[in-house]
Amino acid sequence: MTRRLDVVVQLAGPLLLVVAVGLFSTTVSPSNEVYFLNSLVSVAIVVSIYVFIGNSGVLSFGQISFVAVGAFASGVMTVPLESKQGVLTTLFPLLRDHTIGNVPSLALAAALGGLFAFVVGLPLMRLNGLAAGIATFAVLEITHNVLQQWTKIGPGATTLSLVPESTGPLQGTLGAIVVIVVAFAYQRSRFGRQLRASREDAAAAAGVGVGVHLQRLVAFTLSGALAGFAGGLLVHQLGSITTDQVYLELTFLTLAMLVIGGATSLWGAVVGALAVSGLDSFLSQAEQGVHVLGHRLDLPSGTRLVFLAAIMALVLILRPTGLTGGRELRLPRWGK
Amino acid sequence: MILAALDFQTFSDALGLGAIYALMAVGIGLVFGVLRLVNFAYGQLVMAGAYTLAFTSNWPAAWSIGACIGVVVALSLAMEVAVFRPLRGQSPAVMLVTTFAISFLLQAIALIVDLRDDTLGEVAASLTSLNAPVTIAGAEVRKITLVSIGVAAGALLLLALLLAKTTIGLHTRAAASDFRTARLLGVRANRVIAFSVVLAGVLAALVAVMMTVTLPLVTPDFALHDTIIVLVGVVVGGIDRLWTATLGGFTIGFVSGVLNGVLPTDKTVYLPSAVFALVILVLLLRPAGLFAWGRRAAFERV
Repeated sequence: MTRRLDVVVQLAGPLLLVVAVGLFSTTVSPSNEVYFLNSLVSVAIVVSIYVFIGNSGVLSFGQISFVAVGAFASGVMTVPLESKQGVLTTLFPLLRDHTIGNVPSLALAAALGGLFAFVVGLPLMRLNGLAAGIATFAVLEITHNVLQQWTKIGPGATTLSLVPESTGPLQGTLGAIVVIVVAFAYQRSRFGRQLRASREDAAAAAGVGVGVHLQRLVAFTLSGALAGFAGGLLVHQLGSITTDQVYLELTFLTLAMLVIGGATSLWGAVVGALAVSGLDSFLSQAEQGVHVLGHRLDLPSGTRLVFLAAIMALVLILRPTGLTGGRELRLPRWGK
Repeated sequence: MILAALDFQTFSDALGLGAIYALMAVGIGLVFGVLRLVNFAYGQLVMAGAYTLAFTSNWPAAWSIGACIGVVVALSLAMEVAVFRPLRGQSPAVMLVTTFAISFLLQAIALIVDLRDDTLGEVAASLTSLNAPVTIAGAEVRKITLVSIGVAAGALLLLALLLAKTTIGLHTRAAASDFRTARLLGVRANRVIAFSVVLAGVLAALVAVMMTVTLPLVTPDFALHDTIIVLVGVVVGGIDRLWTATLGGFTIGFVSGVLNGVLPTDKTVYLPSAVFALVILVLLLRPAGLFAWGRRAAFERV
């Protein structure tokens, strides 16, 4: 009985948090809504990264490539036809002359992200440790370079704009929920458990018959699909995007969110994403002056980044396993 | 066709860049050896040195360089005490992400310091005379290229002597190959780590001095991109040993110098893709490093 309750709590905790953020976003002014939508999209991105890094224990700097592919695919395909033929003239005719709806574009983003991750993962999943980190980083560099230069598939170095802003509170919340539920189902599945076993001891897992490379490839592909989907949410939240917005800074920020929350649990990924993006929003408000507990807090401009980085470093130094200790949420136990 | 375009000027510039990257690779490799920590914030040590040079550019050059070395070594030691020491024994991912945060922190602080005069960037101009060319065997070479190669060769030689001939050098090498056993045999952890961190700081200061000659405008992201490239080179070369890491750093600097000089600009738009595809290929074929010979198990047991 307790075990079944544990499972419910593990999934319900993250979902309730996300729903709370989504509901809260409808009560604030439109200018503040963006902060809540940001954090919902951050949850989707960080959880998608967690599916690979958290379950496999292999470092990857490449997952934002799949976010980028999803964002640009979904964005380019939803720009209204009449404006598209005016601004995106260099596209392949197939892309230029067709436009799809919001939901199909998210599905397309997920499919392309997954496909790209599968192709990349096929050779790369043999690597461990730092070699894996640098090779996936190389994937990010190549993706960024191609997206920025190849004007037949996207806007190139210019801004992609006029994308319908369909990621409001509803789509943001639902999107984050979809990603969390898929991640949870995966980590409790046979595949997820095998991969988590290989994370603890790759040699022992291989010894009892776990195909470590295959399991990593499964997680990498799933993570790529979710990241592509999250990229679709991102572009529909922003309305316009450049290749630099889905590059190094986002990579570092989302990795920091994952590690600060606790990289080895879904709860950690969600808590980390919400905590860091919440802190970031609070600090950017504080730069304009904000009232806290009756006191007026007015940070000099430019100090937001200093505080954000310092707090991130402090959490990592004082609590290296992350805010959640890398554990799933569980109810406190009495009498034991 | 490509080789024909490789004149002496391009070749020597590429050598100069390779020399600077080799020094950065040594700085990163030294700290990795004793701490098993990839210091992403290494570039910000160089950046701090470059700002010191900019703020002291009306001092005599020798004093300015001295101040630069002092500031960078102090910052490097502060990093070790405040950040690396509490993180000892943590997973590589945690250590790397913490150094990201430190890197962001130092850049954010630099931005505030820099913007006090409301313009972005400070100029470090005390040594720009080194950009003047000298003629060697009928070809023009910038003085800084010769200085870079000379300083790098001298620093590497001195470092090799330090590591090979002194007791602390022996202790450092022992710690780099097996830290726990070395400690059991009486090597003092904090001393060898401080030794490596100070050396890495001195090297970062030298890199700052040489880089500001070519790029006198110092901004908060100074040396950030170079650090990323050097890190790639270090891992491709083989981070487990100092000399393979150094060779990796030199190679990636030299190769990017040659390619940038040789290829016409309209052909270089996909150059990063080609270079990183090559990086992936090398890592797939030789995951332990291009220059690291010897077999390894698929999964390390220890």
